[in-house]
Amino acid sequence: MKRLWRLFPALPALMLSGCTVDLLQPDGPIGEGNRDMMVLEFAIMMCVVVPTCIATLFFAWKYRASNTKAEYRPNWSHSNAVEVFIWGMPIAIIAVLSGFNYWSTHYYDPYRSLPKDMLVREHAENTKPLTIEVVAIDWKWLFIYPEQGIATINELDVPTKTPLNLHITSDSVMTSFFIPQLGSQIYSMAGMETQLHLLARNPGVLRGEAAQYSGPGFSDMKFKTIALPQEQFQSWVENVRNGSSQFASHEPLNLQTYPKYAKPPVVRESVAPTPSPVIYFGEAQSDLFQHIIAKYNNGMVRSINNGKIMRMDMHAASNGAASSSDTGM
Amino acid sequence: MLGKLTLSSIPYDVPILVGTFIGVAVIGIAVLAAITYFRKWGYLWREWLTTVDHKKLGVMYIVLAIVMLLRGFADAFMMRTQLALSYAGNPGYLPPHHYDQVFSAHGTIMIFFMAMAFMTGLFNFVIPLQIGARDVAFPFLNSVSFYMTLVGAVLINVSLFIGEFSNVGWLGYPPISELQFNPGVGVDYYIWAVQISGVGTLLTGVNFFTTIVKMRAPGMKWMQMPVFTWTSFYAIVMILLTFPVLTVTIALLSLDRYLGMHFFTNDGGGSVMLYLNLIWSWGHPEVYILILPAFGVFSEIAATFSGKPLFGYKTMVYASGVITLLGCLVWVHHFFTMGAGADVNTFFGIMTMFIAVPTGVKIFNWLFTMYKGRVRFEGPMNWIVGFMITFSIGGMTGVMMAMPAADWVLHNSLFLVAHFHNVIIGGVFFGYIAGMNYWFPKVFGYKLRDSWGKWAFRCWFVGFYLSFIPLYIVGLEGMTRRLNHYDNPNWHPWLLVACVGVFVLAVGVACQVGQLICAIIDAVHQKRDALDATGDNWGSGRTLEWSIPSPVPHYNFARLPTVRGLDTFHIEKELGRPTPVESLKPIHMPKYSVLGPVIGVFTFLFGFAMVWHIWWMAIIGLLGVFAAMVIRSADLDIDFYVPVEEVRADEEAFAKRISAAQAAE
Ligand code: HEM
Ligand SMILES: [Cu+2]
Ligand SMILES: [Cu+2]
Repeated sequence: MKRLWRLFPALPALMLSGCTVDLLQPDGPIGEGNRDMMVLEFAIMMCVVVPTCIATLFFAWKYRASNTKAEYRPNWSHSNAVEVFIWGMPIAIIAVLSGFNYWSTHYYDPYRSLPKDMLVREHAENTKPLTIEVVAIDWKWLFIYPEQGIATINELDVPTKTPLNLHITSDSVMTSFFIPQLGSQIYSMAGMETQLHLLARNPGVLRGEAAQYSGPGFSDMKFKTIALPQEQFQSWVENVRNGSSQFASHEPLNLQTYPKYAKPPVVRESVAPTPSPVIYFGEAQSDLFQHIIAKYNNGMVRSINNGKIMRMDMHAASNGAASSSDTGM
Repeated sequence: MLGKLTLSSIPYDVPILVGTFIGVAVIGIAVLAAITYFRKWGYLWREWLTTVDHKKLGVMYIVLAIVMLLRGFADAFMMRTQLALSYAGNPGYLPPHHYDQVFSAHGTIMIFFMAMAFMTGLFNFVIPLQIGARDVAFPFLNSVSFYMTLVGAVLINVSLFIGEFSNVGWLGYPPISELQFNPGVGVDYYIWAVQISGVGTLLTGVNFFTTIVKMRAPGMKWMQMPVFTWTSFYAIVMILLTFPVLTVTIALLSLDRYLGMHFFTNDGGGSVMLYLNLIWSWGHPEVYILILPAFGVFSEIAATFSGKPLFGYKTMVYASGVITLLGCLVWVHHFFTMGAGADVNTFFGIMTMFIAVPTGVKIFNWLFTMYKGRVRFEGPMNWIVGFMITFSIGGMTGVMMAMPAADWVLHNSLFLVAHFHNVIIGGVFFGYIAGMNYWFPKVFGYKLRDSWGKWAFRCWFVGFYLSFIPLYIVGLEGMTRRLNHYDNPNWHPWLLVACVGVFVLAVGVACQVGQLICAIIDAVHQKRDALDATGDNWGSGRTLEWSIPSPVPHYNFARLPTVRGLDTFHIEKELGRPTPVESLKPIHMPKYSVLGPVIGVFTFLFGFAMVWHIWWMAIIGLLGVFAAMVIRSADLDIDFYVPVEEVRADEEAFAKRISAAQAAE
């Protein structure tokens, strides 16, 4: 029964097209939350919208001029009862929706680590969260796995049933990081870090996209999101590390090699820029993400350890952690 | 010498543009030739281009709006056909370089030069008549405002053939609109088109605010103003509150682009988040600026064609006030995904939801206006029924997105695009078209042909659902807006349906053009049966504008009306018109002025020169505008008196027509 109920909201769309409707058939608790809110609002609002539309058509028909049998009250223009109803009913509905609004905005807040009870429901309460740093570049996505020391371009592999802590920035214009079936999107902005917390429930390949227009290559700024069971994810990481994949890059990703990959493709007026291929980096500089942010802030960045603003040493050797010349900000 | 302008700025190698140019040129030359052939240049110049008469300016605004509708629609047509084609490896016929300009131009034109111009046209024509005034507070300023809007529209269309237009959407989000990412002139065209027309709108706001506050007919209290005037008044208050924000925001963007400053750049301390907040704290009120007058139109029409007063006049006025207030407190709902805290998002989400309350109340008001009425489905009334259904649906999807937790996935999707077209076509556009049908006989003295209008409505109604319901669905399937090509097989069938929809809409647009062509034919043939005798063209008008002849004499009211309550004209019809006791007096009116178009020309030079960095020309433009203002200020010969004889002759003819019409009944 519970299963059926889950499918229910997707039913109309399923009947229409017979294929996946990403936002109605999510693959994770956040996406499910987004969907439930949507469906709930839709259901509540329909209770008013449908009668209103019917009443519109009915009144228009009933009181048409040719229907001289219908009552005509040429001066009737006020009724306290009607006034109370037409103010009271929308206020009541909106008050209820506002309650849901408050709750869901806090519960599903993208910045918040996935709530405990959600993790329990997903059987992920004991799994260590995976941190991924996301950089939007013209017109591709760079994913850095700082704990694994690897990075990829245009492919995001994640373990299932594991909280994903995403840190997002941009090394170009603003765009938005979005995997429809996992839920909530968040803007990527240069010089700033935004955050997103997601969880993939089942193994599978999901579409990821840039949701905010970012220039001529925007339409192809897509990435594959591959959700793998935990063990397979580990072996994927090994694969990337030892460079045995067909996508493997022959060089590590660090401050020296990064500009080459971050360079936008040539833009010509008559054709769309060529989409970027998938690339795996077996070795990635662990503080590259902070360096990319610091570029836009006179070398300043917010420390991941203590949240303070500090100076990145742009000339530091590849693995050197940010030098801690704390500015006390 | 010519700044950045070179021969290579002219895209003579792009077949579509060359074709368009030839098309525009042929039509343009035909129009110019016709004017010359019929020797109408003098007439056009004396009677229209130099006019300060609010009625003629209103007509010119609406003509501009309709031309811009055709342009904006052509863009929409190209986008829909492009997306029907560009599937699975097929690049379609518009590469991103063009497509991105097309959606930017479509949005900019539709909002600033179609909807805003249409709205201002209705303000101009209707408000002074409804409040019993003979003109607006500042007639010459009114002409300047019109030329500012026109210059903006011309600039945006010039960009089609000289240079390029902005490719970053109708709000020009940085940092992609900054010089670093957009070194071309496209964004500069956007900046100056919006900036110049925005100044025009602000001046219109000042003008009509003063007019409504100071120039209501003797005895007209605030709570006796017609509803259209009320809702327009609220819109005007919002214009005064928010258009300065737009001006400043765009000015800051220009400082970045022209003087290398760093308000919104990625580096140097710029912040894109600042721009988003600023632009939307204008942008959201802007959509209410557009919809409130449409609500007013619907209120007038619902009452007139139901043969009843508007249900809940007071409620309507208060609800509009609440909308005005809340409308200024919701802008963050356009970027719930920027990473604001949960409390901020909740606050703006709930505020947004609460706007649905006064809006819903209005829908019920119209519903109860029809209730126990005698509803006549003449042209304007169809649009209302279409509106009430369409707008309810659009409002519902709007409330859905007011919930941040839902908006986080719906934001930037085609679901959003479907939502705002749902309210903007179903609300704003239907409303303005209904208004045009409703007041057309007041302007010209005969009605638009109803059959064309009905077909236009049917096509717009059906075409709307065909084009936009599929967008809701692909939005739910995760399709984002502004995509140029795609390879998701789920989306393709829906985009084909949407493309069929745009063809239906095209038929609707064609019907509207046909309706206007027929109107010109009717005008030439002086069609007898449609000609108006009494001024009360629909037979059930309630407000002051229906008490005077159609077409309206240039001085509007021979005697300023005395207002005895809401719907004065209706009361007069019930009680019998009082015989005027007051004798006719000469009427003080403003003179037409050539300085309006002159300021327009210099403003255009300035705008064009700024786009292309032709500094000497920009200086000439500025000096020209300044000189015109000085000349105007020094000119004391700006008014005249309409002699009593002329007014009396008009009055007698009008009285004769009324009694003839009454005898015929
Ligand atoms: C005539 C029927 C219309 C059609 C078929 C149509 C179609 C479209 C399409 C296809 C888009 C681009 C969607 C995308 O981003 O993928 C769009 C965007 C837009 N439309 Fe329309 N539209 C119509 C009328 C209007 C009207 C009447 C208005 C306003 C008064 C309007 C305002 C806008 C705006 C502001 C945008 C956003 C542009 C941007 O992305 O920056 N449209 N429309
Ligand atoms: Cu930010
Ligand atoms: Cu808004």
